[in-house]
Amino acid sequence: MKKLKLIGPALIALLAFAACQNKVKETKLPIYGERQPITKTVDGKTFTDTVYATIPPFSFVDQNRETISEENLRGKTYVADFFFTSCPSICPTMQRNMLSVAKAYQGKPNFKLVSFTIDPRHDTIPVLKNYAEKLGAKADQWYFLLGKKEDVYQLAEKNYLVSVAEDKRAKGGYVHQGWLVLVDKKGRVRGAYDGTDKKQVDQLIVDVKLLMDEDENQKA
Amino acid sequence: MKRLMVLLLPFTFILTTFFLSCQSEAEIEYKRYFIQGRNLYQTNCKNCHAENGEGLGELFPPLKEADYLKKNKNQLACIVQNGLKGTISVNGKTYNAQMPAQTQLAPIEIAEVITYVTNAFGNQQGLYEVEKVNADLKICR
Repeated sequence: MKKLKLIGPALIALLAFAACQNKVKETKLPIYGERQPITKTVDGKTFTDTVYATIPPFSFVDQNRETISEENLRGKTYVADFFFTSCPSICPTMQRNMLSVAKAYQGKPNFKLVSFTIDPRHDTIPVLKNYAEKLGAKADQWYFLLGKKEDVYQLAEKNYLVSVAEDKRAKGGYVHQGWLVLVDKKGRVRGAYDGTDKKQVDQLIVDVKLLMDEDENQKA
Repeated sequence: MKRLMVLLLPFTFILTTFFLSCQSEAEIEYKRYFIQGRNLYQTNCKNCHAENGEGLGELFPPLKEADYLKKNKNQLACIVQNGLKGTISVNGKTYNAQMPAQTQLAPIEIAEVITYVTNAFGNQQGLYEVEKVNADLKICR
């Protein structure tokens, strides 16, 4: 009789445990940007699929004069931000936090960091190279990209969903948001974290792992 | 027993008051500077020099246990007010990023932030008064 009494609570505990396990397994990051349904016909069967927004093709130059395009980032999980080297406001904090993300995934070839300069006039390749080296960024892990201003700004606003603008009244001459944008292997934006908030950056470090473990061929 | 307590209570009170007032005026002054300085540090310096004073890589120098602060005691007010250009050496490493001038800070605020920086992060240089700021600002290099 005594044994029977125990079965109830044990069952509940087991259920609770199982529920928790499920929750962990099902943790998935949302997919940002516009999406469109498309109807496909395969083998005579018609079905509807969702097409998610991805980062469009771009081609910029990094701190080592290497051309880096969206192709280089395909199949990689990466974090992107927009900054400029002479920025007196939030950038040092953002890049300090990017550095902590970089260190967390050092030696993982499928993880990259990308910093786009929004001040191409001042941030020439030697300036970017000097900055990257002094920051302590590893060249094969972290690209500092220089591109045409219009292209970078459009990419920021339309695709990475980060607001940037030149503003002579602002300290340093530019205003921009401090998001660290998390992008998955298929080039889809999966998260944006405040690069000045330590707690959000810690969450980003956790979420990077989720995306790295995600199966590329699995339907989202 | 109760009576004893009643008698002891005011006595303890007086003793405590006496003890607390022992905290010298200078000590209170120092604390006031330090706390104000910490607030100013958060808004004006933390971005580059970091919350813990470690700086950022080889871009921005550390303030933590920085020999530079001791060696350039009399130039600190000038550096805060006018910024700094050129190469400097801190704890054996060289840095050459430009530090922006903090012209928004009044002399009393410069004193407070220097008091904070030179006594936080493992530094121990004591109170840096506004009178010293005013004197030091006359000898800027």
